[in-house]
Amino acid sequence: MNNTVTDTDQIASINIDQDKPHEQTVEEIVASLGDTVGETRVDNPKMSCTGVDVFYADKQAIFGVDLDIGENEVISMIGPSGCGKSTLLRCLNRMNDTIPICKVTGKLTLDGDDIYDKKTDPVLLRARVGMVFQKPNPFPKSIYENVAYGPRLHGLSRNKADLDDIVVTSLKKASIFDEVKDRLDQPGTGLSGGQQQRLCIARTIACSPEVILMDEPCSALDPIATAKIEELIDELRENYSIAIVTHSMQQAARVSQRTAYFHLGKLVEVGKTDDIFTNPRHELTENYITGRFG
Amino acid sequence: MSTEERTITQVVEASIKRRYAREKRFRLYGLIAILASLSFLAMLITTITYRGLPAFTQTFIKLDVTLDQQTLGVNDQPDIAELRKANYSGTIKNSLLTLFPDVKKRNDKKALYKLVSKGGQYELQRLVIEDPELVGDTISVWLPVGDDVNSYLKGSIDASLPEKKRRFKDNQIEWLKTLESNDQIAQRFNKTFFERGDSREPEMAGIKGALFGSVLTLMVTLILSFPIAVAAAVYLEEFAPKNRWTDLIEVNINNLAAVPSIVFGLLGLAVFINFFHLPRSAPVVGGLVLSLMTLPTIIISSRAALKSVPPSIRDAALGLGASRLQVVFHHVLPLAMPGILTGTIIGMAQALGETAPLLMIGMVAFIVDVPTAVTDPATVLPVQIFQWADLPEKGFVEKTSAAIMVLLGFLVMMNALAVYLRKKFERKW
Ligand SMILES: Nc1ncnc2c1ncn2[C@@H]1O[C@H](COP(=O)(O)OP(=O)(O)OP(=O)(O)O)[C@@H](O)[C@H]1O
Ligand SMILES: [Mg+2]
Repeated sequence: MNNTVTDTDQIASINIDQDKPHEQTVEEIVASLGDTVGETRVDNPKMSCTGVDVFYADKQAIFGVDLDIGENEVISMIGPSGCGKSTLLRCLNRMNDTIPICKVTGKLTLDGDDIYDKKTDPVLLRARVGMVFQKPNPFPKSIYENVAYGPRLHGLSRNKADLDDIVVTSLKKASIFDEVKDRLDQPGTGLSGGQQQRLCIARTIACSPEVILMDEPCSALDPIATAKIEELIDELRENYSIAIVTHSMQQAARVSQRTAYFHLGKLVEVGKTDDIFTNPRHELTENYITGRFG
Repeated sequence: MSTEERTITQVVEASIKRRYAREKRFRLYGLIAILASLSFLAMLITTITYRGLPAFTQTFIKLDVTLDQQTLGVNDQPDIAELRKANYSGTIKNSLLTLFPDVKKRNDKKALYKLVSKGGQYELQRLVIEDPELVGDTISVWLPVGDDVNSYLKGSIDASLPEKKRRFKDNQIEWLKTLESNDQIAQRFNKTFFERGDSREPEMAGIKGALFGSVLTLMVTLILSFPIAVAAAVYLEEFAPKNRWTDLIEVNINNLAAVPSIVFGLLGLAVFINFFHLPRSAPVVGGLVLSLMTLPTIIISSRAALKSVPPSIRDAALGLGASRLQVVFHHVLPLAMPGILTGTIIGMAQALGETAPLLMIGMVAFIVDVPTAVTDPATVLPVQIFQWADLPEKGFVEKTSAAIMVLLGFLVMMNALAVYLRKKFERKW
């Protein structure tokens, strides 16, 4: 009995000790981080954020982020868990609208048009800015229906043959066609996790969006499926702009041209992927990519 | 502190036996509970079947009835109105008297006439109105026997009692024996029970009126409550802003579900009948009142079903550029449908068994005609059971059980439909 009491005492004291240097509030820490290091702007921006703040009720999750997503580039967003990567990503196609307590301020543009403008239709915006979610979420419908849903919604096909064509090309682009060509009429939920994720990617590209946002698309996948998806991202870059959130440095290094490092809702450093990984300029970035933090 | 001397494995081993024993005991309790409820159910069903089955057969008596003009009291070319009023019971009495010419005393005659049900005259009336040519002919028909004969034949009148103490007298038994030996008595399936409405005579009383009343009432209930409830649930769950007002509405809906049903009956009486002057005893009013009652049930279960649809599906559809309405109608609603249907059937089953609110709006009236429209006066199955259960005649006792069987059959059918629909809409994730 005595032992346990001392144990908890020790744990408590450890906690207190650890807490002491962290008694600053998030706001203070963010303020101490200073300005974003590196080039936030690119020559040919597809989307751009200027002074974006995001609040969940009273709690601020994103602090004044400036960031461009260039045409035909893959930008990866990295950072410790809870630093606001998903939050920022969801701002880019206004998926945050579904969270009533979420408030976004600042300016976000797509091709120069403010996407939070009253005149902008979020439905249309989401057709142009597609999203692949962290957890594969195919509809409980057939594989064909999963892919055909978007084109049907937006009337992208004139007839059945057209639609078939879109479905097949999308599946091929997502390099899943060979695995499912014999069972297009079977439920998409009957596929393996990796196959489901590739199906979701096929579903997203079937709408021919201009930007694709991917929130940890490979977190549930094995190395082979991951490799396939990375290959796919590389191919997709020719036609789309892609923003990808990832927890894997290697993946960020492999697929992206630029990398953005976030910390506690603040964009700490952004720059060419090679530079970030070989020559980080901010101390926190260095700590993170060398594995000393996060 | 003896535990310290034992190893962890020993400690776990000691406790694991207790844990298994506890689990075993718990399973046993569960099994006992299930067996107990099953046996209650079995008891209920056997007693009801045992009591109700006789109601599905009826005894008939074969008579040669002479439909002479004189007895009927009609002229040469009778019109329908005249045929309706004609004295059919006289012809039946004549035919009985020809069979037993010895019966002379007034009391004996009365006892003799009781062998045939009063419903016999309606049967003759129906035949003659169908074919007026029959007037003047002698026809051989099977007519239902009186209630006492039925009771006697089904063994519920004890012949060993002294004559004074029983309803069925010695001379009646004598006549019955003669008729039986002439093959003029037969047991048949009781079609009347399914073809007629209520009646004062147990042998002529049928369930069809109440059954149709129930079907019409439930139809009104379903047509009103299902779309309204689903629309309300979808709005509250998918579109309404979460604020104090929606909270208030939610609390109120939950409270409504707990309001005793008779209160809805009073409300129906005050609003639908006294204010809107809708017809009394009509399925339309019954349906309205029951809709009020089932609405909260369906809304609550629909909301639960909508809530259980994974948010990732909504995100997926929204992310592809579907509007919120499209998300609901293409994905959420189809996925929630099995749950919504289950809730609806539960609500409907409640409505089917409801008596109290319907008493308030006059559906308890004695109604002979089978309703054909929602504005016709009608009664419903549980009210019919309630009424019959109150009547002393032996015939009605078995009718009561038979009506319960019909009600349960109806319920089982509704549930079967629900299971079928659920299977049809169910999809694998
Ligand atoms: N729906 C929400 N309601 C309230 N707070 C939220 C909500 N979603 C996120 N947050 C908060 O916002 C902050 C950023 O969350 P976000 O999901 O963007 O982190 P993340 O960087 O994507 O983390 P991870 O790598 O673990 O996915 C967190 O502190 C989180 O608690
Ligand atoms: Mg995230």
